[in-house]
Amino acid sequence: MQLFDELKTLGQKHIKADKKASQKVPSGLWQACPKCHQSFYYKDLGQYKTCPNCHYGFRITARERLGWLTDHFEEMDSDLATTDPLNFPNYGKKLEKARHLTKLNDSVLTGKALINEQPVMLGIMDPYFIMGSLGTITGEKLTRLFEKALKEKLPVILCTASGGARMQEGIFSLMQMAKVSAAVKRHADAGLLYIAVLTDPTTGGVTASFAMQADITLAEPRALIGFAGKRVIEQTTFQRIPDDLQDAESVQHHGFVDQIVPREDLKEKLAWLLKFHQVKEVTHG
Amino acid sequence: MASLLDRKKTAAQVVALARSDEKIAASALLKGIFTDFTELHGDQEGADDSAIIGGLAYLAEQPVTVIATNKGQTTEEKMQTHFGCPEPAGYRKALRLAKQAAKFNRPVICLVNTAGAYPGKSAEENGQGEAIARNLLELSTLPTPIISIIYGEGGSGGALALACGDRIWMLENSTYSVLSPEGFAAILWKDSSRAAEAAEVLQLTPEKLLQQKVIEGIIPESHSQRRLCRAIRKVIIAEMEQLQRLKPAELLEQRHLRFRKF
Repeated sequence: MQLFDELKTLGQKHIKADKKASQKVPSGLWQACPKCHQSFYYKDLGQYKTCPNCHYGFRITARERLGWLTDHFEEMDSDLATTDPLNFPNYGKKLEKARHLTKLNDSVLTGKALINEQPVMLGIMDPYFIMGSLGTITGEKLTRLFEKALKEKLPVILCTASGGARMQEGIFSLMQMAKVSAAVKRHADAGLLYIAVLTDPTTGGVTASFAMQADITLAEPRALIGFAGKRVIEQTTFQRIPDDLQDAESVQHHGFVDQIVPREDLKEKLAWLLKFHQVKEVTHG
Repeated sequence: MASLLDRKKTAAQVVALARSDEKIAASALLKGIFTDFTELHGDQEGADDSAIIGGLAYLAEQPVTVIATNKGQTTEEKMQTHFGCPEPAGYRKALRLAKQAAKFNRPVICLVNTAGAYPGKSAEENGQGEAIARNLLELSTLPTPIISIIYGEGGSGGALALACGDRIWMLENSTYSVLSPEGFAAILWKDSSRAAEAAEVLQLTPEKLLQQKVIEGIIPESHSQRRLCRAIRKVIIAEMEQLQRLKPAELLEQRHLRFRKF
């Protein structure tokens, strides 16, 4: 017990020392990788915000990803706003905060983009907008993205990042899963290409719908990809689950991810795939 | 079991009745609604999940394909079915049978009572998300009528995967929501004991869902299981006749609009 007491005292001393130090040293200079737990000077993460040790891609806003992924972008449906169908207490304030933080009207950024001069309908979900949760506007923007792609005969690329359904919109959030799925199907039936890029985290209702409906499914290294949350699994089954059960690498091992692509290579990989699918017929001889 | 006509129930009371031990079992529904039910097992991809019972039956002399979630009755069955929470293999079996139904031009009848898709290690490894996603994708254009009856709990994506067709009816003592009231309270208020309040906020009762056009109608429940099965049977037959009159393109267009409006 004495040992624990000593540790406690040491701990407290440490906190006091930290308090003084924090006034002199600005926060955020050192960032710890949530996957391999190593700390890095923030500049070492580079423009792509990836871990130099394990290549995990840190969570970034949709607009930040847009910056290095595309050469040109025309945004769509940035004026839509949710009707707050359940009249959920304090939801308005939460939305306001999320909009301010992400500069988006809801949890996905959609539009027509050029990637290495190739046109594509692009959606990027934002993990900082209420955890990238699937609200009615998220679903509406995605549905319109696939509908426009169908009309213009263009491929769709979707970067997913989501904690799942938007609790504050109840059953209307659930209905988005069916709505977007139907739009994906119509796009697919027209012979058009859909590529999903699963980023950290892709879970719940998003995994159980459009994230898992693509022709080609890419994922970022060590991204969390799953259906149920770890805590829910452990509480339901009374089993401890391994930390890497829902890592992109495990999901690939079980056959649900085509390829793991480090963020630095993503643009080139997507450009290659887009180009590959444009070649329709080759005459030989 | 109390009837809707007796008195107004709170959302929490409806949740309790939906989960009650007195709730009619899948096996009783299969016997009471259909004639000559014959079970077809397995997803033909390596597994057979007992949380979903599928098979062939007659309904008013019309061949149909039936897919029912099953909570089990004995302790052993309950363990085996994870209390009615399907594994990915269950959803894959459902899709296999639904596609078979379309091939032979049979309507698909889904009977749903599940707290949700099973959240477990094996379910994650076998692609629970992918299995549900595939159902949503494929069923959206499956060219045969799909009618779902939620007869107890309609829990989240696990229920939606069997309720994404043309018509959805609910028994009066049943619920349909994005998450359980306990889970909802735990996530949003960090306090699962506020489940009763959450049930109210979630608007998960058949009455609310009918107002929101999430479902087509409500079937009153009675003490007699025979009377209940007769009422469900009547609803399914009426809906089936209406849907079978539509041309495939019309059927699919209506199904598309049914979800596009949300």
